[in-house]
Amino acid sequence: MENAVIIQFNHVTKQYQNDPAVLKDVSFEIERGKFYTLLGPSGCGKTTILRLIAGFTEATTGDIFIDGKKVNTIPANRRQVNTVFQDYALFPHLNVFENVAFGLRIKKMKQAQIEAKVKEALSFVNLKGYENREISGMSGGQRQRVAIARAIVNEPEVILLDEPLSALDLKLRTQMQYELRELQKRLGITFIFVTHDQEEALAMSDEIFVLNEGKIQQSGTPIDIYDEPINRFVADFIGESNIVPGIMIEDFLVEFVGKRFDCVDQGMNTNEPVEVVIRPEDLEITTREQGKLQVTVHSLLFRGVHYELSCTDEDGNEWLVHSTKKAAIGDEIGLYFDPESIHVMRLGESEEDFDRRLEAYTEEDHHAK
Amino acid sequence: MQSKLSRRIYLIPYAIWIALFVVTPIILVVYYSFYDLDGNFSLENYRQFFTAVYLKMTLSSFWYAFLITAISLLVAYPTAYFLVRTKHSQLWLLLIIVPSWVNLLLKAYAFIGIFGKYGAANHFLEAIGIGTKQILFTDFSFIFVSVYIFIPFMILPIFNALSELNPSLLDAANDLGASRWTTFRRVIFPLTIDGVKTGCQIVFIPALSLFMLTRLIAGNRVITLGTAIEQHFLVTQDWGMGSTIAVFLIIIMFLIMALTGNRKRGV
Ligand SMILES: Nc1ncnc2c1ncn2[C@@H]1O[C@H](COP(=O)(O)OP(=O)(O)OP(=O)(O)O)[C@@H](O)[C@H]1O
Ligand SMILES: [Mg+2]
Repeated sequence: MENAVIIQFNHVTKQYQNDPAVLKDVSFEIERGKFYTLLGPSGCGKTTILRLIAGFTEATTGDIFIDGKKVNTIPANRRQVNTVFQDYALFPHLNVFENVAFGLRIKKMKQAQIEAKVKEALSFVNLKGYENREISGMSGGQRQRVAIARAIVNEPEVILLDEPLSALDLKLRTQMQYELRELQKRLGITFIFVTHDQEEALAMSDEIFVLNEGKIQQSGTPIDIYDEPINRFVADFIGESNIVPGIMIEDFLVEFVGKRFDCVDQGMNTNEPVEVVIRPEDLEITTREQGKLQVTVHSLLFRGVHYELSCTDEDGNEWLVHSTKKAAIGDEIGLYFDPESIHVMRLGESEEDFDRRLEAYTEEDHHAK
Repeated sequence: MQSKLSRRIYLIPYAIWIALFVVTPIILVVYYSFYDLDGNFSLENYRQFFTAVYLKMTLSSFWYAFLITAISLLVAYPTAYFLVRTKHSQLWLLLIIVPSWVNLLLKAYAFIGIFGKYGAANHFLEAIGIGTKQILFTDFSFIFVSVYIFIPFMILPIFNALSELNPSLLDAANDLGASRWTTFRRVIFPLTIDGVKTGCQIVFIPALSLFMLTRLIAGNRVITLGTAIEQHFLVTQDWGMGSTIAVFLIIIMFLIMALTGNRKRGV
């Protein structure tokens, strides 16, 4: 029976010379055959994690396992992992065929076999017939596909992709997102994809790791992370959020802006100070009387699919609302939301505690049923 | 129209220069090569060139130029490779280039001092118990000094080629299973070959016609085509034969340029 875990980081720290640590005690597990995304702002250590997995750099402390084997001292050329680089790093002196064949030639494969495999890999990425093209004669999207073909042709266990779509225009980018996801499903290889675009991460991944300042802030499915962000950083980074201070009066009851609201969160101390998140698209515009919150509109933007309203409540908190309904600047309106739309975050809760608390009450739910 | 005309005006100094100092001398050299010592038109000089004496000289010129180029390359490539990776590479590069600003004659005289019977080199050999040796006026000293003089010209183009190399290509090769040596053979060297070619041209062509060093350092033991031309013009006054050798030298240079011509590649 194959082990489900393909890559494991065990308390990995990475520090360059005397600079502050780039990765701080990072631990995670990656399972075979899934699409993972590392998401975080620039400089948070995403590329560093990929370079550690690929073997281009060594961990300062901690252990890295690939397929159950400790690989700390195994050089990159002997790891069952291939990388699609941010700038593609295609060899300019070789044509498309030879670029893809590079890894196979090093393995001293027979010419006939190489030809068959390269052909297959190129047709996988829809580049049949481009074998003899020079790299300089390929467009950005085509180069990216050559880079992917060059990686998959080696049949690695894991493919690492470092912001491969960032150089493409929006349309091609959306198309490549579909293609990549599709490709990963067909191949069944583990993909570790790096991006700082949260929409891309939400659209493509089985699992997302949200990173900030060298630490994993939260990991989970796109829906988990979007619906249950663990802290202010994640809530802010993934989609747009309204975050206001509040007090957890008791289970299922939270107070903010001087009012008490029903909610679905539990497992916190009574009267614990918390932060409350409500997504802009979960707020509905109604009359002042029907609204749970009363606010004044002070700016309005047309965003194509919806209007984006920026409002202020009596306490001076800002509320962002996405609505298909229009309101005029200066209007006093009411905001309505469901108890399910409220998400309560404890201050400084670690990911383990967060998961434990969530698990505890989903189990209760099961018992209740 | 206007811009085309004014662009031509800027070309005038260049054109005059080329006409006076490149085209005219070549025509003169070709012209003289068809006249014998008595000033009669003849093909005698060309027949002479294909006799054993001159063919041997040509061969030996090639051989020494080849040795000088090959040794320079062997020293320059690793040096450039190392330099690109060091912290203050520009400073180190400058230190390597500075000696090439010193006049060739001065350097030659300095080496006569160093390699002479009572020079520093022999002091050293004495000290380590080998004893005084004849260093000056040997093939060794000739090649050593030539390599010393040409090496900056070999390092520069290779250094430039190496520093233009995208480092993620090396990671990519490594990622695809290439060892350090394979990465060098399959990626680094092919991508810096243009720098190597330029360096070889800059070294090989002048090395073919070196003449001062052959006398000062090699003590006329090494006769190259350059030496022969100098001798014919200054000593035997046989301008015709000297010109003929020069014609062949020019032809050889063009051949080398054509053979090692750079094919530009896009990225
Ligand atoms: N070779 C290095 N020497 C010193 N510091 C480095 C080195 N490589 C990366 N760093 C630092 O490590 C930190 C994380 O870098 P990393 O490349 O992993 O960021 P990233 O998350 O990939 O960012 P981006 O989205 O901009 O690519 C940065 O602060 C960077 O300056
Ligand atoms: Mg990066």
